[in-house]
Amino acid sequence: MDPEDLRYTKEHEWVRVEGDTGTIGITFHAQKELGDIVYVDLPKPGTLLQQHKTIGSVESVKAVSDIYTPVSGEVVEVNGSLAESPEILNTDPYGSGWLVKIRLSEPGEAGKLLTAAEYHAFVGTESS
Amino acid sequence: MITKVRQHPTQNESLLFETSSPGKIGYQLPALDVPPVDPSEVLGAEYVREEIPDFPEVSEVDVIRHFTRLSTWNYAIDLGLYPLGSCTMKYNPRVNEAVARTEGLMWIHPYQPDALSQGAFAILAELERVLAEITGMDAVTLQPAAGAHGELTGILLVRALLEAQGNPRKRVIVPDSAHGTNPASVRMAGYEVVNVASNDRGMLDTEALARMVDDDVAAIMITNPNTLGVFEEHIIEVARILHSKGALVYMDGANLNALAGISRPGDYGVDLMHLNLHKTFSTPHGGGGPGSGPVAVKKPLEPFLPLPRLQHASSGWSWNYDRPHSIGRVRAFYGNFGVLVRALAYIMAHGGNGLRRATLDALLNANYLRKLLETDYEIAYSAPSMHECVFRHAATGAIAKRLIDYGFHPYTVSFPLIVHGAMMIEPTETESKQELDLFVDALISIAQEVKESPELVQTAPHSTRTNKVDEVAAARKPILKWTR
Amino acid sequence: MLDTIGLSTLEELYAHLPEDVRFHGALNIPSGKSEYEIIDYFRVRGHENANSHANFLGAGVYHHYRPVLVDTVVSRAEFLTSYTPYQAEISQGTLTAIFEFQTMICQLTGMDVANASMYDGSTAVPEAAMMAMRITGREGIAVARTVHPEYREVLGTYTRHQGVPVTEFEYDPESGQLDLESMEQVLNENTAAVIIQSPNFFGVIEDAKRIAEMAHAKGALLVLVFTEAVSLGLLEPPRDADIVAGELQSFAIAPSYGGPFAGIIACKEKYVRQLPGRLVGETKDASGNRAFCLTLATREQHIRREKATSNICTNQALIALMATVFMALYGKQGLRELAEQNLAKAHYLGERLWRRFKGPYFNEFVAATGVQSPDEINHRLLGFQIVGGLRLDRFYPELGNSVLLCCTEMASRADMDAVAEAFGA
Ligand SMILES: Cc1ncc(COP(=O)(O)O)c(C=O)c1O
Repeated sequence: MDPEDLRYTKEHEWVRVEGDTGTIGITFHAQKELGDIVYVDLPKPGTLLQQHKTIGSVESVKAVSDIYTPVSGEVVEVNGSLAESPEILNTDPYGSGWLVKIRLSEPGEAGKLLTAAEYHAFVGTESS
Repeated sequence: MITKVRQHPTQNESLLFETSSPGKIGYQLPALDVPPVDPSEVLGAEYVREEIPDFPEVSEVDVIRHFTRLSTWNYAIDLGLYPLGSCTMKYNPRVNEAVARTEGLMWIHPYQPDALSQGAFAILAELERVLAEITGMDAVTLQPAAGAHGELTGILLVRALLEAQGNPRKRVIVPDSAHGTNPASVRMAGYEVVNVASNDRGMLDTEALARMVDDDVAAIMITNPNTLGVFEEHIIEVARILHSKGALVYMDGANLNALAGISRPGDYGVDLMHLNLHKTFSTPHGGGGPGSGPVAVKKPLEPFLPLPRLQHASSGWSWNYDRPHSIGRVRAFYGNFGVLVRALAYIMAHGGNGLRRATLDALLNANYLRKLLETDYEIAYSAPSMHECVFRHAATGAIAKRLIDYGFHPYTVSFPLIVHGAMMIEPTETESKQELDLFVDALISIAQEVKESPELVQTAPHSTRTNKVDEVAAARKPILKWTR
Repeated sequence: MLDTIGLSTLEELYAHLPEDVRFHGALNIPSGKSEYEIIDYFRVRGHENANSHANFLGAGVYHHYRPVLVDTVVSRAEFLTSYTPYQAEISQGTLTAIFEFQTMICQLTGMDVANASMYDGSTAVPEAAMMAMRITGREGIAVARTVHPEYREVLGTYTRHQGVPVTEFEYDPESGQLDLESMEQVLNENTAAVIIQSPNFFGVIEDAKRIAEMAHAKGALLVLVFTEAVSLGLLEPPRDADIVAGELQSFAIAPSYGGPFAGIIACKEKYVRQLPGRLVGETKDASGNRAFCLTLATREQHIRREKATSNICTNQALIALMATVFMALYGKQGLRELAEQNLAKAHYLGERLWRRFKGPYFNEFVAATGVQSPDEINHRLLGFQIVGGLRLDRFYPELGNSVLLCCTEMASRADMDAVAEAFGA
C-alpha cells in the first residue's frame, strides 16, 4: 500500500526524490488516523525548510496534526488544489494529495529515512 | 421505513432574514420629548450610515414565534438527564433567576457612588466569605467571567508572587488528562507548558513528577478530582514536591461538586484554585454561558488579587484601588454580578449541610451508574469514582448520538484525550433513581444494538428534527453568516 | 442505591480519600433557607442600592430600555438550561440563534465574520490585540488614551506578562478625538495593531477611515472598539477596521453592576483562522436539510490546547441571545430610530452645558462643571433622585472639574432640565 519508491518518517510523512526536487506528503496511515481532512496549512513558495521541523498542519474537524518536513530545502511549489479540496489528502495521499515540492539543500537526507518496509513495520509496532 | 415529515412551520422555521419584509416593526419607542436633530447636520454626513443592509424587519409576534420554535429544537436539563462529564449539568433552581431580576440588583450602574450600592457590596462580601469557607482558602476574587478566565487570573497570580520573590520562573506542569483551557491559560500567562503523563491508575505519577520539578517550574495545575473522576490520592505528596522547590499548586476546581462539604483543598496544600459557579453552584449554562470563575487563594497570594478589592469601614463598603502589588484588572467592572447573585442564592438554599448532602448524592449517583454499567461497558480506570465515571468504547461517538433517540443528552465524548473512545458520564445529584435507571437501560440496550444492528447506531440519531449533521462539510467550506 | 453499590452509608462513598484530605468540620454557612427567605434577602439588598433613580452615567454601561420579550425568550428552559451546543442534532435552536447573531453583528459592523461572543468588551480588546500580533507577526500595540480606561487596564494585565510593549497615544484637547500626530509618533515597524474606540470614552466619534489609512501605511492593523452598540444604528460602520472588538450591553442587557455582558470580535474574512471564540457554520444534515454546527473548532483550546487562539471556553451565550432578540425586535427601522432618539436627547442637554470637546458626539459628552465641583453637582442631583455624571479626574487627572454624561432614550426632558439647572446652565 505504501509505495516502494518513497521514503518515510516516523511522523508519517513521505518524500519522493526526483533529481534535486523532493515532493512531500502525508502517509495513508496518517490521513486515516486523522479522518476527514478539512484544512491544510502550508508554507509559501520561497520558504526555507529544515529537516524534521514543523512546516504547517493538517486539520480534521476535531484534530490538528503538525507536518514535519522529511527533508531540508526551499519550497518551490505548493499544491494549490488542497485549499479548495482538502479531501484529496484522504482519497489520494501519495498522488494528487502531495503537499509541497522542495528544492533539496541536503540531497543526502532522504536516503537515511525509512523505506516502505521499515515504515510499515514501524506503523505495526506503533498501533499494537 | 417511516420517513420524517417536516412540513409544519414549527419544524421549518426560516431565518429572521428570510421572514423579514420591508416596513414590519416589532418595537415601540415613546414619542420624543425633545426637538429632533438632523444626524447629518450635527455629526457631519460622512459619519452617518446608510440603512443596515438586510437587517431584520419583523413583528413582535414573528419574534416570539421564531425563538419559541427554535427553542423546541434544543435539549435541556428541564427535559431530562444531561450527563455531560465535567460540565455538572444539575437542575437550575428558578428562585435564582427570580432574585437576579430584583429591580435594585439588575438596574445598578457599576459607577454609581459606592454609597448607593451597599446592597451589592453585601452580596459580594458574603459570597466571597462562603466560597473561602467551602474551599478552605483565605481570600477570593469574584471577577473572572468563567473557569478559563479564572485559570488565567490564577496563573498570573502565581507569576506575580514568584516575581515578587525575585524569579517568575519559566514552566507550568499540566497533566495530560487536563482540560484544554489549562494549557491554553498557561500560555496566555507567558509560561511554557510541560505535560506530565498519568499512571495506570489514572493519577499523577509522583515519582515522575518529582523528577520534573526544578527551579524553573512555577506551578502545577492539577484538577481534583481529575477529569477521570478520580481523586488524586497523592495530592499532599504532590504539594510537598512542588513546595519543596518553591513552586505552587494551582487546582482546577471545575469538579468541586465532588468535594464541597467533604474536602477543602485549602486544608491540604493547594495554594489557589478557581471554581466554576456555572457548574457546582448551578447558575444556568444558557447554551454556553455566562459563567463565573472566582479564584480562591491562600494568604501569601492575597496582595496580588485583581483590582479592585472590597473594603469595609465605618462608613460602609467601598472599592479599594490602592493595591500596589495587584496583577491589575482582568476585566472591566467587578465580575459577572448577575451570576454571582444566583450562586449565592443557591448556597443560601442549601446551607453548609445541604451542600455536603448534595456532594454525597452526586457521588452516589455516579457510583450507582458505574456499578450498573460496568458489565456492559469497560471502565477506563479501576480507581474509585467520585462524581463522574469514564468508560471507553470504540464507538463512543455513535453511541452518544444513539442515546439521543432514547431521549437523553449524550455524555461527554472523546474527553479526556488520554482515554481512547472516552465516555465521560456525570449524572449530578439532582437526578432521581428513576431517571438514572432509564439511562442505564438505554445504554445497555445500545450496547446490544452495537453488536446486533451496528448500522442503526452508526447513523443515529433517527428521532430528531435534524438528523446527523455534516460537520466536515461545515469546516471545509465555512458559511458563517446568512447572505442573500 | 447504596445496596446496589454494595455500601451501607453515604460516607463510605469517599472512604478511599486519605484521612488528611477529609473535612470533618461543619461549613460555617447558615442552614438552608426557604424560597421566600431567599427572595426577601435579595429584595432587602436591592433596597440598599439606589433604586428607581434616573441615571446619567454611561462610560461603557448604558441605561437602555429592555423590551419584555427579551426575558420571555431567554427564560425558556431550552435556552436557559442547555449546555454549549456541541451535539448539533439536539441544539439546533441555540445554533440557529447564534448564526443569526453572527450575521447581524456582521451587518452592523461591516465585518465579514463575527464570533459567538467573548466575556465582555474589555476582554475582547486584549484578545483582538493578540489576534493582530499573530496575523502580523509583530509584537507592539498602540492604543489611544480615548479607549475606555478599564479596557486599557485589562489590555495591560493580559500583555504585560508576555513582554508585549503597549504604547498609549494622546487625544486632541480641542476636539476630544485622538491626536493623529501623537499616534503617528508611536507607530513603528513593530506595531501589530492600533486600537481606537468610537464613539470614544468621551463620547466623541473618531475618523476611523483616516486612522485606518495611517495604520495600514505602517503595516499595522486597525482594531476598532465600541462600548455603545446603539451607535451602530446610526453611525457609519467601522468597515475600514480589520478587527472590531465590542460590547453589546446596550442591546437589552441590564447594567447589573457591570455584568454579565457580552463582548464580540468581528473581523475580515481572511483573518478568520486567528479569531478566538466559538463560531457557528451552516451545513446540511443527512437528509439534506439545512443545519448548523460549531465549526473551525481547531482554533480552540479543546483541540489545540496551548497553541489555541485563546483559552476561552464558556462564553456569554445567553446574553448574546438577549442581544439577538433585541436586534430582531428593533430591526432595521427601530435601531435607527432608537439611535436618533439618543442623539437628540444628548444634544438637547449637551448644547446647554459647557462641553469640553468640539468633536461630533453620539449620546455621551464631557461637560465642564465650572466653579462647582462635580461632587457638589451630583450631590444636589441625588436630592432629585438623579444619579449624575462620572467624575473624569479619576481616569484623566488633567480633566479636573469635568464629568462624562450620557443621555439615552430613557432620559426624560424634565430630568435633563434638572441636570442643566444643577450645572447652573
Ligand atoms: C475540568 C475543567 N476545567 C476548566 C473548564 C473551563 O471552564 P469554563 O468553560 O468556565 O471556562 C472546564 C469546563 O468546561 C472543565 O471541565
